[in-house]
Amino acid sequence: MFEAILLTVITAATPLLIAALGELVVERSGVLNLGVEGMMIMGAVVGFAAANLTGSGTLGALAAVLAGVCMASLFGFLVLYLATNQVATGLSLTILGLGLSGMIGEAFIGVPGLKLPRLDIPLLSDIPFIGPVFFQQDALVYVAFALVALVSYVLFRTRMGLILRAVGDNHGSAHALGYSVLRVRFLAVLFGGGCAGLAGGYMSLAYTPQWVENMTAGRGWIALALVVFSSWLPLRVVGGAYLFGAVTVLTFHAQAQGIGIPSQFLSSLPYLATILVLVVISANRRLTLVNTPACLGKPFVPDR
Amino acid sequence: MNEWQNDKTPDETEPRPSGRQTREALLEARGLTKRFGDTLANENVDLRINKGEIHALLGENGAGKSTLVKSFYGSLEPDSGEIFWLGQKVNIDNPSEARSLGIGMVFQHFSLFEALTVVENIALALPNPGNMAELAERIRSISEDYGLPLNPADVVADLPVGIRQRIEIIRCLLQEPKLIIMDEPTSVLTPQEADRLFVTLERLAGEGCAVLYISHRLEEVQRICHHATILRHGRVVSECDPARETASSLARMMVGVDVANVSAAANAPQLGPVRLRLTNLDLPASSPFATELTNINLDVHAGEVVAIAGVAGNGQSELFDAISGERPVAPEMITMDDLPSGARSITWRRQKSAAFVPEERLGHGSVPGLELTGNITLTRHSTGDGLIASLGLLSRTAAGRLEQKIKRAFDVRMSHDNPEARSLSGGNLQKFVVGRELDRRPGIMVINQPTWGVDAGAAALIRQALIDLARSGSAVLVISQDLDEIFEIADRIAVVSRGILSKAEPVHIMNREKIGLLMAGGAETQAAKSGQQAPDVLPEAPGGAV
Repeated sequence: MFEAILLTVITAATPLLIAALGELVVERSGVLNLGVEGMMIMGAVVGFAAANLTGSGTLGALAAVLAGVCMASLFGFLVLYLATNQVATGLSLTILGLGLSGMIGEAFIGVPGLKLPRLDIPLLSDIPFIGPVFFQQDALVYVAFALVALVSYVLFRTRMGLILRAVGDNHGSAHALGYSVLRVRFLAVLFGGGCAGLAGGYMSLAYTPQWVENMTAGRGWIALALVVFSSWLPLRVVGGAYLFGAVTVLTFHAQAQGIGIPSQFLSSLPYLATILVLVVISANRRLTLVNTPACLGKPFVPDR
Repeated sequence: MNEWQNDKTPDETEPRPSGRQTREALLEARGLTKRFGDTLANENVDLRINKGEIHALLGENGAGKSTLVKSFYGSLEPDSGEIFWLGQKVNIDNPSEARSLGIGMVFQHFSLFEALTVVENIALALPNPGNMAELAERIRSISEDYGLPLNPADVVADLPVGIRQRIEIIRCLLQEPKLIIMDEPTSVLTPQEADRLFVTLERLAGEGCAVLYISHRLEEVQRICHHATILRHGRVVSECDPARETASSLARMMVGVDVANVSAAANAPQLGPVRLRLTNLDLPASSPFATELTNINLDVHAGEVVAIAGVAGNGQSELFDAISGERPVAPEMITMDDLPSGARSITWRRQKSAAFVPEERLGHGSVPGLELTGNITLTRHSTGDGLIASLGLLSRTAAGRLEQKIKRAFDVRMSHDNPEARSLSGGNLQKFVVGRELDRRPGIMVINQPTWGVDAGAAALIRQALIDLARSGSAVLVISQDLDEIFEIADRIAVVSRGILSKAEPVHIMNREKIGLLMAGGAETQAAKSGQQAPDVLPEAPGGAV
C-alpha cells in the first residue's frame, strides 16, 4: 500500500519538477514566463498525437519538447525582440495553448494511449521496496533527476551559468560587459519551453496515458509557484515538487477511502497548499529577496 | 535650447604643453560625432591620449563626456569619425573588443552584479578566467599589491561603495590594460579613499598605463592630471595643462560664463527656535540591501541650513523617507514645530508648512507624463494655494498662475508653455521641482541632493535660494554628497555613515579631513563614545581607508 502511494507520488511530482526546473532557468535569466501552462498543454497534446501516430513513446516525448520550444520561441520573440509586456504575453501564451491544444486534440479524445515503457535498472531494481520505488520508473523520472543535477551544475559551476545569473541580476551591466542579454535570455526561454513541453508530454504519456482537454489542470501554475517556493534554487524545487505531488496523491486516496469531505474540496487541496506556502515564504522577505533575480520581469532594450 | 550661448568661447587653439605632440599617441579620435534624435551629443570631437598620461575629460553634465567614452569602450557606435589605437585605425564594435585592445573602464554607476561574489564579478569581465580558485588567489595578490585589498568570496551586495569601486579597478587591472577610463571615480569616495586612489593612478601612469579621467571636480584634476580636454555642448572647446590653470579659469572653460558665487558666510544666521527635531529615530531596513537607521538625533533651528554629508547609500534616502513621511515612524521620533509628526501623513506635514524635495526628480519628485501644472497640484493641493476649487474640482487657472510664477522666479526654460515634466532637461526640471516648494516659503525645507546633475549656473541659483529661505526664518535640512556644496551653504554639518548620524558641528570647526573620517565609520565610533546606543558590532571603517 505505502509502496503504491510512493510510486504514484513520484509520477505526480515529475511533471511539476520538470516544468519548474525549466521556468527556474528562465527566471534566473530575468524573464518571467507565465505561459508555462500553455506550453505544457501543447506538449501534452502534441506528445500524445506523435506517439499515437508513430507508435513510439520516445518520439512522442521528443515531439512534446519540440512543441514547448515552438511556443517558447513565439513568447521569446515577442517579449525580447519586440519588448512586449511579459505578464500579458505570458498570459496570452497560456490562453493560446489551451485553445490550440483543444483544437489539435479533438481527433484524439477517447483514443487509447501509449504508455512510456518502464526502465528497470538492473540489480538495483531487485532490492526489495527501494528497488520498485526508485529503480523501476519510466525513463522520464530519471530524466527529471538528471535535469536537476544538470541545472544545478550549469547554474553554479560553469561560466555559462554565471553569465545567465549575471544577465538576470543586472542586464545593464551584462550588456556593458559585452554579453548579449537578449540571446542569453532567448536561449533560456527556449530551454524553459522544452522543459514545459516535456512535462506536458509526461502528463499524456505516463501520468494518464490519454488525451483529455485541459488535462494539465493548472499544473503549469503550480510549477510557477514552485519556482518562488524554491527561492530559485534547483534542489529546493525537488522538495517542493514532491510535497505537492504528495498532497495531490493523498487527496485521491482520501477520496477512495470515502472520507466524508466533498471531493471538490479535496481536489482543491494542492492549490490551497500552493497559496499557503507562498504566503509563508513571502513572510520571510529576506529569504526571497536575496535570491530573486533583480531584473526579473524587466524588459531590456539595448541603447545602441 | 542652448542654456549657455557661447558669448565667451575661449580660444579654440590653446597652446599645448611642449613636447606633447612628439610623444607616442595611444588613442586618437578624429571627428567623432554622435547624434541622439535631435541633439548632437558629440560633434566633431578630436582627442589624443598619450601613453602613460593621466588625461582629464572635463565638462558640465550633459556636455557629452559619457557619450564620448562609451564610443571608446564600444558600448555606443559613433555616427561618424575615426578612432586610432597605436596609430592603427580601429572599429570598436563592442566592449569585449575594447578590452581585447587593452581598454578598461571603471563605470560611474557601477556595473557590478550585486547577487554575485567578487570573484564571479571579475570572472565575467575576463575572456579566459580559468579556474575560479586560482583567479581568487590572483585577485587577492594583485589587490594587495596595489593597496586595494579585496576578499574574493564576499558577495557584492554586502559591500560599501568604496570597496565596490575597488572591484571595478582590480577587474580592469587583471586585464592588463593600456588605457583605463574612469567615469567620476571619486564621487562615491571619502576624501581619504580618493587620496588612495590617486596614489594607485599615479603608480599606473608610472608603469606606462594611460588613464582617461572624467570629472567635474577641478581640484582633483589639477592635482593628478597631466593634460585636460574640455567639452561643452558636445564639442571640444579647449585643451590645456590643468596644473597651469586656476580652478576658476577651468570652470569658465567648462561653463562658458563666469559662475556666480554663493554667499552664505556673509550674514551669520539668527538662530530661532527648533523647527525640526529628530529624537532617537530608528527605522528598520526595508530590504536586505537597504540601510537601517539607528538612533538618529538632530535639531534644525529656524534660520539655519544644516547639511548631512555622507557617501551614497549610507541611509540618506531612508532618512529622507522618514522625515517626509513616506515611511511612518513612532510619533515622538520626529517633531515639527513641537508637534509629534512621526506617524503623520505627507499631506499633514505639508500643511504644517514643511516641504520636501526628493533625490530623484523624474519619477519621485515629479510625474514624468504629467504637465507642470498637474505636478504643482500634486504637492500643493492642500496647502491653501487655491488649487482645489469648490466641489473638489481642480482649478487650472490657479495652477497655471503658479507655474508662470515659478518659471519666472527660477528661470525654468521650456520650449512651450506647461510641458510634460519629462520634456524638461535635468537642470531645468530640478529648478522647477525646487522652485515649486520654495515658492510656498515653507517653514521646514528638507531636500535630498539639491543640485545633483545640475549645471553650475542653476546650482548656484538653487543654493542661494536655500540660504535665503533659511535666513528668512525657515529651518533648512540639506542632504548632499557634494562636499563643495555643503561647505558653500551649510551652517552646521553632520555626517551619516551606515545609518548612524554624527553630531552636527558648526561649519567653521569642520573640515574635509574630519568629514572624511566620519564618513569612513567615525560616526559610529562617535555615537558609541558619547554613550548613545551603539550597534551590536562596530563595523570596520570601509576599507580601513585612513
